[in-house]
This record gives sequence, structure tokens and C-alpha cells, in this order.
Amino acid sequence: MTVLFDGIASGMLLFLISVGLSVTLGLMNFVNLAHGAFAMVGGYVCVTLLNRLGVPFLLSLPLAALSTAAVGVLLERVLYRRLYGATHLDQVLFSISLVFMSMAAATYFFGAQQQPLQLPEFLRGQFKLPGLDMGVYRLFLIVVSSLLAWGLQALVSGTRFGAQLRASVDNPRAARGVGINVERIFTLTFALGTALAGLGGAMGVEMLGLDPGFPVKYVVYFLIVVAVGGSGSITGSLVASLILGVVDVAGKYYLPEVGAFLIYAVMVVTLVFRPQGLFGRTAAR
Amino acid sequence: MTPITKRNFLSTLTAATLLALGTRAAHAAEPLKVGMVLPMSGPFASYGKQIEAGARLYLAQSGGVFSGRKVELIIKDDTGVAPEISKRVAQELVVKDKVDILAGFGLTPSAFAVAPIATEAKKPMIVMNAATSAITTKSDYILRVSHTLPQVTAPIASWAAKNNIKKVFTLVADFGPGLDAAAQFKKTFTAAGGEVVGEVRTPVKSPDFAPFLQKIKDAAPEAVFLFVPPGEQTIAFIKGFVERDLAKAGIRIIATGDLSDEDILDSLGDGALGVVNSMQYAESHNSPENKTFTAAFAKANPGMRPGYMAVAGFDGLQLIAKTLEKTGGDAEGDKFMAAAKGMAWTSPRGPISIDPQTRDIIQTIYIRKVEKVAGKLQNVEFDQVANFKDPGKQ
Amino acid sequence: MQTASLINNIAVARLCAADRWQPAELAFWLLPIAAYFVFPDNLVLLTQMAITALFCLSLDLILGYAGIVSLGHAAFFGLGAYTAGLLAANGWGEPISGLLVAASVSAVLGLLTSLLVLRGADLTRLMVTLGVAMMLFELANKMTWLTGGVDGLQGMEVRPLLGQFRFDMVGKTAFWYALVVLFLLFWVARKMVHSPFGLALKGIRLNVARMPALGAPVNMRLTAVYTIGAAYAGVAGALMAQTTQFVALDVLSFNRSAELLLILVLGGSGSLYGAIIGTIVFMSAHHVLSDMNPEYWQFWLGALLLAIVLIARDGVMGGLRRAAAGLGKNKGMAR
Repeated sequence: MTVLFDGIASGMLLFLISVGLSVTLGLMNFVNLAHGAFAMVGGYVCVTLLNRLGVPFLLSLPLAALSTAAVGVLLERVLYRRLYGATHLDQVLFSISLVFMSMAAATYFFGAQQQPLQLPEFLRGQFKLPGLDMGVYRLFLIVVSSLLAWGLQALVSGTRFGAQLRASVDNPRAARGVGINVERIFTLTFALGTALAGLGGAMGVEMLGLDPGFPVKYVVYFLIVVAVGGSGSITGSLVASLILGVVDVAGKYYLPEVGAFLIYAVMVVTLVFRPQGLFGRTAAR
Repeated sequence: MTPITKRNFLSTLTAATLLALGTRAAHAAEPLKVGMVLPMSGPFASYGKQIEAGARLYLAQSGGVFSGRKVELIIKDDTGVAPEISKRVAQELVVKDKVDILAGFGLTPSAFAVAPIATEAKKPMIVMNAATSAITTKSDYILRVSHTLPQVTAPIASWAAKNNIKKVFTLVADFGPGLDAAAQFKKTFTAAGGEVVGEVRTPVKSPDFAPFLQKIKDAAPEAVFLFVPPGEQTIAFIKGFVERDLAKAGIRIIATGDLSDEDILDSLGDGALGVVNSMQYAESHNSPENKTFTAAFAKANPGMRPGYMAVAGFDGLQLIAKTLEKTGGDAEGDKFMAAAKGMAWTSPRGPISIDPQTRDIIQTIYIRKVEKVAGKLQNVEFDQVANFKDPGKQ
Repeated sequence: MQTASLINNIAVARLCAADRWQPAELAFWLLPIAAYFVFPDNLVLLTQMAITALFCLSLDLILGYAGIVSLGHAAFFGLGAYTAGLLAANGWGEPISGLLVAASVSAVLGLLTSLLVLRGADLTRLMVTLGVAMMLFELANKMTWLTGGVDGLQGMEVRPLLGQFRFDMVGKTAFWYALVVLFLLFWVARKMVHSPFGLALKGIRLNVARMPALGAPVNMRLTAVYTIGAAYAGVAGALMAQTTQFVALDVLSFNRSAELLLILVLGGSGSLYGAIIGTIVFMSAHHVLSDMNPEYWQFWLGALLLAIVLIARDGVMGGLRRAAAGLGKNKGMAR
């Protein structure tokens, strides 16, 4: 049971970081491999606030998310915009160049080693129930991610912005024709996606560590979530992340020899039978 | 002696002295080039940084001149785990930069790939971190000044057996040094009467130890023996260990000193207190050489703490200096190797020497405990095994 | 009837015209030979460039011509490398036969996995190829007794090439070996893309739905090109193993596949030459920058790539094409 709980926590963290990528890929049809770099930015902001400026942990989380969003908006306006019409391959080249630069910059400013992070007292330790040991921090992670997932879904399906977003995803030309400012939606969505990535990066420092190599270490996992879940789908990202988290953790517990092999096998099998992902649907262009 | 013969004698003596000085001057004119192959970028960049810092410190302390030859350090990045890059830059160092000595090697594949170049070019190759036992057997020109995993594992295994720890679960990273450590631990521990109740190998990239820690908790050993490369893995392990209250379940952590390497010790936090580990160097080691070393290191590298890798860089250069003293400034491959074998000196870590048979390092391995000293986490030595040779070769 | 054969003749004539070697191409192939004399101390780097160029060429065949986006091409490279490595470590040190065996083994894997990449969008193919490569990586990691794991395969002994030319430290033998293999395989690939088969691939890439209507079997073509691409990659891997006399797990890593894709995009896919030019630009930049600044070269490399993608779409080749078009000439290179 603890294994299941750990898997869910792992999956929720993955969801938090990957959902932004799913949305930007599905909405803007932009392959942003630098997504992990935004998560890294969030992580470093959080650590700096916590360690050097003494800001309490719970406050540094939203601040990290906002700072990342600010960086995201800046980059979107200045650089990303120029490549909206480019081929996917050019977008790959572009985003990877950003990854290289961000990794070297992180090394320059923070050094190559791991960043220390001390959680506040009330987030340490475990709750013990019969047959189930729940880590407090993991529980916190699950609660926050679930609230965000619910909020995100509510935003997308219940608000005007959400309706405009869905319209822009399904058919940008028609959306423009109806008077929706698709460019502004893009910027806002990109900001939202990167904010979530930043938050995920900050919350993930405790579990995944933080060093300049973060963007390339985990980019594969984010891509798996997006591919298996279906790009553009929040539910898809959630389900895919949970499956991946549980399979990974359970696999390492019960079959340590097989380990990482299992996630890739699950992914390949899923994609062979459902190439568009579990919940994927492609935008009409 | 007749006056003529005395005059002859004196003039011959003078001529000989002038010739010797002249030769020395000729050598002094030629700088000594040391080519270092290090991971300066990528996931292991912190290793390269520590080793370079240690090497440069020795150079600064010795004025940058060994036996009249000015020393030039040429550093090339091999990004960590890309043996063909290691081989390529080593070849460039030898052919293009015409280095006299190769040094560095943060990881085992790097050393394995470069060994044939050392042999073919007849250049001494000084290993400063790669810790698989078999490395020194790959070329007759390899010297090691760091450590091997079996060398630091056996002492902690003996210590555990002597201190009422009967059941141990081993957790190692799934690559050369990890397998060396697990095998050596099992060998020494079971020979001393202990039992290894479980073994698990974690993928080299595994950041999340949750499932493995859960498994350990369920197996309920008295201690867990750990070896993973220093960095995020060690931090993740300690954090997970603390989170799961494994200490409260009566499980202790015993490990090699990679777990509490000073470079990342501060990031471990108080969860690392009480961990008993074995290694060849601790920043807190009480000796005059170390006091000078740590003071100078802190001055030259603000914000960095010296760990065993920095000391290896320092000692590597010191070995070169001392060997050149013996050969009179000649760094020619075979002469250098002949002189280096058996070299002994006092390093900041304690007394060390190069084994003439294996060309590997013989040193004292200390058993330490992580404690808070003056508000800072330190590895405090409380026991030792002196003059320990690499058991991996016996 | 007559119109049909007339159209056919025109088509064949066009293909033959495109197949003729342009003077610029001949000049290009003199460059590596010149490099041998201009950079005698950098032969190992040049050899690795030739090998990577071949590897990139194999990706261009499947990506630039057939439109299969792959993030797992290292699987074939690594398999080829380990095949050649294991042969050399177990007594079979003859290089050329080692290459052929490696090519065959990789081709078999390519054939088997081609089933997985036949359908799906870009992202799907990207992830499936990635998954296959990662599974192979994990497998090789587990089978440390066979592969040597992260630390590498020990005991490789490669015999002299053609019984005469030893693989020396300076890298002369390795350089010519790799260059000749690259050129031969390039020549074959060039012939292939200028053939009806090549045209069919182009058609599949541009409009896969239309092809069956023309009577062109899509799956068979894709399988064929994927297998050939895999074989080429296997040869590149074997060359790497033989010239460095060492194989370690990184030959199968994600980093290798990702870097390869980056190089191809940089050079410009779909022209064969883009693969080679991309390799030259990327590896030279990496080498020069790394020497200047071993710690932060990545930043400058990233900046360079950013500049290139902002200025030139479709990579260096795309930029060159636009420049040539801008100058009024129509180069008509292999597109």
C-alpha cells in the first residue's frame, strides 16, 4: 500500500511539471523541449528564496511559480514567438539551444553541485496508518497537485478563458475569426504552463534534487507523460503521470532487476495500440 | 696527490659541476606539461572542479616549479561518461600539446579508455578519482593517488562485524565501483561472521529511492550499507531514510565516505548525523599538513569545502613533484615510473605511498562518524586501518 | 501510351540529371583530404567527425527522406558498436568483416522495430523510437557480464586493416578507414535517393495519404528505408568501436540520439549534405569552445545554435539554399 502511495506521489509531481508541456504542445503545436529548464528555474528561485533570503517554504513556492511565469512570458514575447510557424524540427533546435544555455548559466551562478533544501518541520516525517506509511511531504504534494488539477480543469471547462483556450486549440483560424485574440491566449497559456512547471520544479527539489543537469535528466519522463496522455489533454496528463509513477515505483520495488525498463515498455505498448495517446486529439489546422 | 693531479681533479670537478648545472638548466628551460582529462561539464562537473582546485593549490604552494621546470596544467573536458571523448582529448594532449604526464580521470570508463594511449605513448598516467580496482592493471604506466572501492569498503565491513551489527542490507549503484563495493563488503562481512540479508542495485540515474527504502524497511536489517556516487543520489537517500523513519526502526547507515563527501555534506542536513563511514580523507583530520591544506583551500576557493577528490588532485601533483626530485627533472615515461614506485610521503590525509608492485595507492583508511563540530557537519575520525593495500587485487 | 512513356522518360531524365555530380560536390569531398594535411594533429577528431557524419546520414535517410522522426537512433549505433566490440574482444579482430556483421545485426533490429514506426504522428514516433532505444540501454546495463556496463567492454583487440595498416595512436589508419567507408556509403545513399525509390520516399514524407492512391506501397518502403538506416547506423557504431577500441554504455544513451537529431536539424535534413555539414559545424564548435572554456562551453554552443535557428530556417543547408536563391542561381542540390 505504501508502494502505491509513493507511486501516486511520484506521479502527481510528474503531472505538475508535465501538464504545462502537454498544454503548450497541444495548444500551440510547439515542441518545447526547454520545458524542463523552466522547472529548473522554479527550483533555483525557490532554493534561493529559502536559503539565502529566509523566505518561508510555503511562500517561496508561489513566488517561484510567478517568477518562472515572468521568465516564460519574457522569452515567449522575445524568442518563442518568432518560431511559431517554424517546423517542429526547428523548434527542437531552438528549445535545445535554450536548454544548453540555461544549464551552463545555472552552473555559472549556482555551481555544479546539488542545492540543499531543508523542509520546514511540519512537512517532515510520516503519518502512520496500519499497513500504510504516508510521508507528510508526499501527502502535501498529492493534495496540492490534486487541487491544481481540479482548478485547471475547472478553468479550462468552466471559464470564459477556458472556452477561448479550447476554441484556439481546436481551430485557431476559426477562433480568430470569432474575435478571440489567439496571440494573447498563447502568451497567457504559456505563462500558465511555465508557472506550473516552475511550481513543479520547486516542489520537486525535495524528491528529485536540483542541479544544472535537471532539464536533460527528466525531459524523457515529461515527454512520456505527454505522449502517453495525449497532448493538449489535462486528464490525459494526469492519468498518464499516475500510471507512470505507480509502474515505476512498483516496478523498482517488486522487480528491481527490471526497473526502468518497465516504463519504456508500457509506453511503447500504449503508443502502438493508441498512437495519439490515451486521451489525445489533434487540433484541426 | 701531485699538484697537477689536484688541479686536474679540481678542473674536472668544476667541469663536471658546470655540465650538471648546464643539464639542469637545459631541463629547467623546458616546462613540464601536465595534461588533465577531467569532467568539467555535465553531471559530474563537481568532480572536475574539486580535482582541479586541489591540483592548482599544490602548484600555488610550490611556486609552480618542480625541479627547476615550470609546470603548465592543460585541462580538457571529457563531459564525464563519454569514453571516446576521454580518449580523443588524451590523444590530443599527447600528440598536439605534447604533454609529459596525463592525469585526472573522474570516472572509470574514462581511465579504461585512455590506458592504451598511456602505454603506446609511454606517458605516466596518474588516476585521481576513478575507483575500480582493475584500472591499474590496464597499463604499466598507471599510478593511482585516490582510492579503490574495495580498499575503503573492507574496513567498514570489519568495523560493522566487530560492533554488533550482524545483519546488513546492501544498496549500491549499478556500475563498476558499486559492484566492487558490494562484492568486497559481502566478502569481508561474511568472513567476519555477519549476514547480508538483502542486496539491491539501483540504476545509476535513480533519483527516487522510495521503493528501495521501503524494501529495506520491510527486510528489517540492523544496518544498510550504501554506495552510490556522491551528489544527488546520496542526498536523496538520506532524505528518504529520514522521511521513512528508518532510524527509528533501528536501522543504521554504514557507508563509504562518498556518502558524506564534504562537497555535498552540507546539503545532507542533520539527517546525516551519526552515519558511520570509511574513507581516506576527512576535512577535520588533525594534522599540520591538513591544517595548512584546508586553510589555503578555503582561501583560494571561497564557498567550496575540500573533499577527497581535491586531496587526490593535490597529491597527484605532489607525486609528480617528488618523483621529479628523484629523477632530476626527467619525466621520461620509464624513468618516471621507476622512480615513482614506492614513493611515500605525508599527504593532508595522512601517510600514503605508492605500491611498487601494483602502482596503486597504500594509505590509511579511517572510520568516521558524521558529527556537528562548531556548527558545521564534519566527518570525525575515531578509528583507522593503517597502510591498507587494495584488497581487490589480492 | 506514348504520353505515358514520354512522361516516364522525362522523369528518368530528371532523375539522371539530379544524379550527376555537381562541381560543388566534388569540391566538398576534397575538403576531408585537405583536412588530413592541414590538421595532422587532429586526426582523431576528424575520424570521429566522419563517423558521426555517417551516423547522421543514416538519420537523414529516415527523417529527411521518409519523414520518420526518431529519438532512438542510438539503438542501432550502439548495437553495431557492441557487435563489433564483442567480436574484437572474443578473437575476431578483423575490421571489415566486423563492420559487415554489425551492419547485418543492426539491420535485423531495424527490420523488427520498423513495425512500430509505421504509423503515428511525429510525437508518437519520437517516443516509440526513444522507448526502444531506452529498453536496449537498460538491457545492456543489466547484462554487465556481456557488455561491461557503464565501465565498458574490456579486451578489444582490433587487427590491422587489410592485414597491413595498424590502428595507430595518431589516427592515420582510422581516419582513412572511416572516410572511405563514409564516402562509399554516401555514394550508395545518394544513388538511392535519386532513384524511383527515393522519389517514393519523398512522396511518403510529403503526403502519405496520397501514396497508396498512386499505387506505391507505403509500409514496404518505410520498412526498407528504416532497415537501411539502421544498417548505416550500425556501421557507424562499429567504426566507432573499432577506431577507439573501446565500447561503453553511452553508445546507447538518450544523449547520443538527442545530439544526433540536433546535428541533423542544424545541418538541414533531407539533403544528405546537411548531415555532413551539420556534423562539421557542431563538432568543430564543440571542440573549439570546449578548449577555450572547459566549464561553460555549453552556453556558447547554445548561443550559436540559437543564432543559427533564428537566422536560418531548415538548418545550414536551408540557409545556404535561400542565400543561393537570393543570388539568383538555382543550385538544384539533392532536393
